[in-house]
Amino acid sequence: MSTTSTLRPPTEHAEPPPKRIGFGGRLSRWDLRLSPYLYISPFFILFFVTGLFPLVYTGWVAVHDWDLIMGQGEFVGAKNFTDVLGGRDFWNALVNTFSIFVLSSVPQVLAAITIAALLDANLRAKTFWRMGVLLPYVVAPVAVALIFSNLFADKFGLINTLLGAVGIDPIGWHSQRLPSHVAIATMVNFRWTGYNALIFLAAMQAIPRDLYEQASVDGAGKVRQFFSVTVPLLRPTIIFIVITSTIGGLQIFDEVRLYDQFGRGGADGQWQTLTILLYEQGWTRSNFGRASAIAVLLFLIIGVIGLINYFITRLIATSEVKR
Amino acid sequence: MTALTISLAACGGGGDDEGSEGNTNGATSGDAGGDGGGDPITLSVATFNEFGYEDLFEEYESLHDNITIEHVKADTADNARDALRNSLGADSGASDIEAVEVDWLVEFMQYPDKFTDLTDPSVEGRWQDWKSDAATTDDGTLLAYGTDNGPEAICYRADLFGEAGLPTDRDEVATLLEGDWQHYFDVGKEFVASSDAAWFDSANATWQGMINQVEVAYQDESGELIATTNPEVKALYDQVLTAAVDDELSAGLGQWSADWNNGFQQSSFATMLCPGWMLGIVEGNAAGIEGWDVANVFPGGAGNWGGSYLTVPAQGDNIEAATALANWLTAPEQQIKAFEAKGTFPSQVDALESEELLSSTNAFFNNAPTGEIFVDRAKAITFQPYKGPDYFSVNTALQDALTRVDVDGTDDATSSWDKFVADVEALG
Repeated sequence: MSTTSTLRPPTEHAEPPPKRIGFGGRLSRWDLRLSPYLYISPFFILFFVTGLFPLVYTGWVAVHDWDLIMGQGEFVGAKNFTDVLGGRDFWNALVNTFSIFVLSSVPQVLAAITIAALLDANLRAKTFWRMGVLLPYVVAPVAVALIFSNLFADKFGLINTLLGAVGIDPIGWHSQRLPSHVAIATMVNFRWTGYNALIFLAAMQAIPRDLYEQASVDGAGKVRQFFSVTVPLLRPTIIFIVITSTIGGLQIFDEVRLYDQFGRGGADGQWQTLTILLYEQGWTRSNFGRASAIAVLLFLIIGVIGLINYFITRLIATSEVKR
Repeated sequence: MTALTISLAACGGGGDDEGSEGNTNGATSGDAGGDGGGDPITLSVATFNEFGYEDLFEEYESLHDNITIEHVKADTADNARDALRNSLGADSGASDIEAVEVDWLVEFMQYPDKFTDLTDPSVEGRWQDWKSDAATTDDGTLLAYGTDNGPEAICYRADLFGEAGLPTDRDEVATLLEGDWQHYFDVGKEFVASSDAAWFDSANATWQGMINQVEVAYQDESGELIATTNPEVKALYDQVLTAAVDDELSAGLGQWSADWNNGFQQSSFATMLCPGWMLGIVEGNAAGIEGWDVANVFPGGAGNWGGSYLTVPAQGDNIEAATALANWLTAPEQQIKAFEAKGTFPSQVDALESEELLSSTNAFFNNAPTGEIFVDRAKAITFQPYKGPDYFSVNTALQDALTRVDVDGTDDATSSWDKFVADVEALG
């Protein structure tokens, strides 16, 4: 309030003549002031309609008794949240989500940056290799899930058969918790590593070559160059990849849904993730209120993890380039 | 109307070669539903598992020049149910005809406004009373046309029986297995003692046979959940798990899983419960395996597992044409053809008397007189269990409990039951 009152007088005193200016002049003044906002408004209007509104509406649904088919019911306050937080399922799903996320994102980013560094070297048939890396990404997730769930079948799957051939006991890919996470993370990694590698590669190519020349004059080997030149200069890209793969990892759905015939995350919830739990509550059980409460919690979790990631990545990267 | 036609043509991808002109006189008439003919229409039909409708769709298309049928097939009934719920909630996206399974029909009966009233003089008395009663609301509106029922027999591998020294002839096997569930399991113990194969596929599947013989299992008519306190449910739970795990009668293959599908090829088990519609699934999964047969017997007397209905969601654009198609598909003549194709046993009164049905045999099952067997099995059913709106959810939780013990081995019977109790409590 105080700031506006201090700002107002000078503007009034400074521009007395415009008072006499007609409507046309006023229009052109509005034009000057408003047009920029108007030009960027399509994005914000779209964002409000498709982004912010659903977000807020989810919050609205979360505090109601809400049936998928019957729609809005009574206002129940925080009951959906207490139901969710009080049950075994949510915490189980949270642990699973993190476990699958760590098992997929960490190796994925490491592998992607390594592959990108290899592709950045002088290779024959560059385009062929680069496109080849992207191939798994082009395959529909459903197809990937179908193939992998057969590879990972417990009794008659290819992987267990191979393990059996070398005398290792079959692994319960669909019954034990950790193996199921590994199997799902494998699917995710298969699909996304190449995609991330290409993004890293694009960023690497933007690094001025003379930096490498200087480094080699200074006596740095390939590995040293990679850690002291490439990685620090990739910082913004690393942040981007880490954040997008965090969001993707925490929202993982397709692969889990298609991992077995029911798509509910196992009879004991061995690989039930938050999004699968959300789906089960909302669609299988018609309880949209509870599903929305999970969505809100997931949103908060992703926000927090995103921030933590951002700061960690910043710390690590800046400590190396700091002058 | 033009707008509608254009959008439909766009959707259908111009599948109709005849073009829309010149069809106006309606080459087809005399159908009960009376579709207008003329404008090209694409009707989508959503089913799951095997309904045996593929040839019937072609037949219908050849009878109606303007109609193209698009078949949307879900792999499991669970997925079909989720998809239907979703489209009803969103008020769009449902197929013109949606198949509904008996276990979750009750659930959808709670939303009569979402479905077309299918009451029609031409279908009065078409079904056995209990079949149409289940699809009729309190005020007498018929919301779904019955397709098939699931009277159950036992499918068995005659070759594995022979190797284990059991009789192989289907009549002798029927005599051998005559009795209650305990008797069925006892014969199983004898079998596994002299065979590498298991006695049945999974505790899940066997459970479906057992629970469908309980008159009021999970929820009483007042809507109260009694699943966790009903001594009958607990006793059956213990019985099936003792047989499956302690006596090692189960192959431990979660029903509908990739392992289960492969289990047929690997000859992992010797018997399974076979409602009529299961014949098509066995034939599909066990392609190339010889020795399957059907015995006219069922533990504990008789039972019905599954069976479905066709509904016409009210959100569709072609309700009239869809109703006519649903009416045609569920008529006795068509349902008998579906039975011959995939073993889906008709729920229509006239079909049960039909000579065609009685004389029908199944080549894959060693030319078993499946028509005669399933008519017998259907006649042996004395009552229909009551299934409340939460039946499906509770049964899913119980199936999970069985899977934990029988397939995953992550729990024993007691700890898994405790989790089931917690799951049922979380439903409310």
